[in-house]
Amino acid sequence: MSIWQYANPVKFLSLSAKVQPVLWVAAGFCVVVGLIWGFFGTPDDFRQGSTVKIIYLHVPAALMAINAWFMMLITSLIWLVRRHHVSVLAAKAAAPVGMVMTVIALVTGAIWGQPMWGTWWAWDPRLTSFLILFLFYLGYIALWEAIEDPDTAADLTSILCLVGSVFAVLSRYAVQFWNQGLHQGTSVPVATGGRTVSDVFFYPLVMCMVGFGLLFLALVLYRTGTEIRLRRTAALRARAGGNV
Amino acid sequence: MKALLIRDIRLAFRAGGGFGLGLAFFLIVTVLVPFSVGPQQALLGSIAPGVLWLGALLACLLSLDRLLALDFEDGTLDLLVTSPLPLEGAVSVKALAHWITTGLPLVLAAPVLGVLLNLPPAGFGWLVASLALGTPALSVIGTFGAALTVGIKRGGLLLSLLVLPLYVPSLIFGAEAARRGALGLDPATPLLMLAGITFATVGLMPFASAAVLRMGLR
Repeated sequence: MSIWQYANPVKFLSLSAKVQPVLWVAAGFCVVVGLIWGFFGTPDDFRQGSTVKIIYLHVPAALMAINAWFMMLITSLIWLVRRHHVSVLAAKAAAPVGMVMTVIALVTGAIWGQPMWGTWWAWDPRLTSFLILFLFYLGYIALWEAIEDPDTAADLTSILCLVGSVFAVLSRYAVQFWNQGLHQGTSVPVATGGRTVSDVFFYPLVMCMVGFGLLFLALVLYRTGTEIRLRRTAALRARAGGNV
Repeated sequence: MKALLIRDIRLAFRAGGGFGLGLAFFLIVTVLVPFSVGPQQALLGSIAPGVLWLGALLACLLSLDRLLALDFEDGTLDLLVTSPLPLEGAVSVKALAHWITTGLPLVLAAPVLGVLLNLPPAGFGWLVASLALGTPALSVIGTFGAALTVGIKRGGLLLSLLVLPLYVPSLIFGAEAARRGALGLDPATPLLMLAGITFATVGLMPFASAAVLRMGLR
C-alpha cells in the first residue's frame, strides 16, 4: 500500500468521494466560525480600529495562494517523472483556485492599505511579487487552454510551472533589492516560533488559515474529479467515433 | 552548429527576415516617450535608463514569435529534432542567432537613443554594459517561450504573456544598473546580479527549451 495507488483514477475518485463531504463540512465550519469569531469576537485594535479584521481574509488567502503554486510544482514534477494523469490534472485544477486566492489577497490588501498606508497600491516587494505570481498563474492557465492535445498540454504546462517557480523566486528577491518594503514582516514566523500578534487575534486567525487550507483541498479534489470525468467523456466520444 | 548559425543569421538579414524591425520598433518607442511624458529634459534624463531597457525588451519580444514558428512551418524543426546535433545545442545556436540579429543591434543603438532622451553622460557606458550583459538572457528565455508556443496558432499574444513575467528579474537588475550608472552611483551589485541571471539562463534554459520542443513535436 502506498500513496501511488491513488494515481489510479478509479481509486482516487472513490477516496475523494469519501473524503470530500468531511472536508467540505470541516472547511465550512472552520471558515464560518473563524470569520465570525474574527469579525465579531475580537476587540478593535487600538490604532488600526476595525480595519485590522481584514487580516482574517488576507493572511489565509495569501498563504493558500503561495501553497497552491507549491502544490502545482510538486504535482507537475510527479507528472514529469511518473506520468500519473491524476497528478497533472490536480495541478490544472489547482491553478484557478490559486489565482483567485492571489486576487483575494491583493484586493483585501488594497482595501486595508487605503486607510492604513493612505494608498491602494504601493510598489512594495511583497505586493509586487504577488502581482508577478498572479501573472504566472495567468500564463499557466492560458497555456493549458491554448494547446489541444491533452498530454502535450500537460507536459508543456508542467515545464512552465518548474521554470516559472525558479523565476518567481528570483523575482521575489529581485524586487526586494529594487524597492524597500512598506509591508510589515510576517506576524507568525514559523521558524522562530515567536509572534507579534496577541492571542486574541491569533486563534481566530489560525482557525481561518486551517479553514482556507481545507477549503482549498476540497475545491481541488472536486475540480480534479471534474477533470477526470471530462477526460473520460472525451475518451468515450473518441471511441464512439464521432468528432464531437 | 556553425552552419545552422550562419543559416539563421542569413535568413534574418534577407528580405522578410525581419532584421531591423526590432531596431525600428526600439527607435519608435523611444521617440514616442517624450510625446507621452512631455519634453522636460530633467524628467527624460531620469527615466531614460528605464525607458531604454523597456524598449529593448519589447523589441526583443517582437521578433520572438518568428524565431521557431517559421522553422516549424517548413519542417526544418523536425529535421533539427531528428538530426545528430543535440537539440540543446541547436536551441542555443538559434538563441545566439536571435541575439546577434536582435540583441546586439539594440545594444549598439541604445547610446544614440540615449542622446535623444537626454541620458546623463556618465550613464552611457553602464547602459551599454547592462544591455550587453542582459540581452542574451532575453534571447534565451524568449527561445523557451517560443518553444512553448511553437505549435499554437496565433501564439504571439500567449508568448508575450508567458515570457514577460520571466523577464522581470533581468529588467529590474538591468535597469537598476543603468540607472545607478547614470546617477553616478556604483552599479556593480545589480550588474553582477544581471550577469549571474544571464549566465544561469544561458546555461540552463536550453535544456528546458529542448525538452519542451521534444514534447511538443512528439
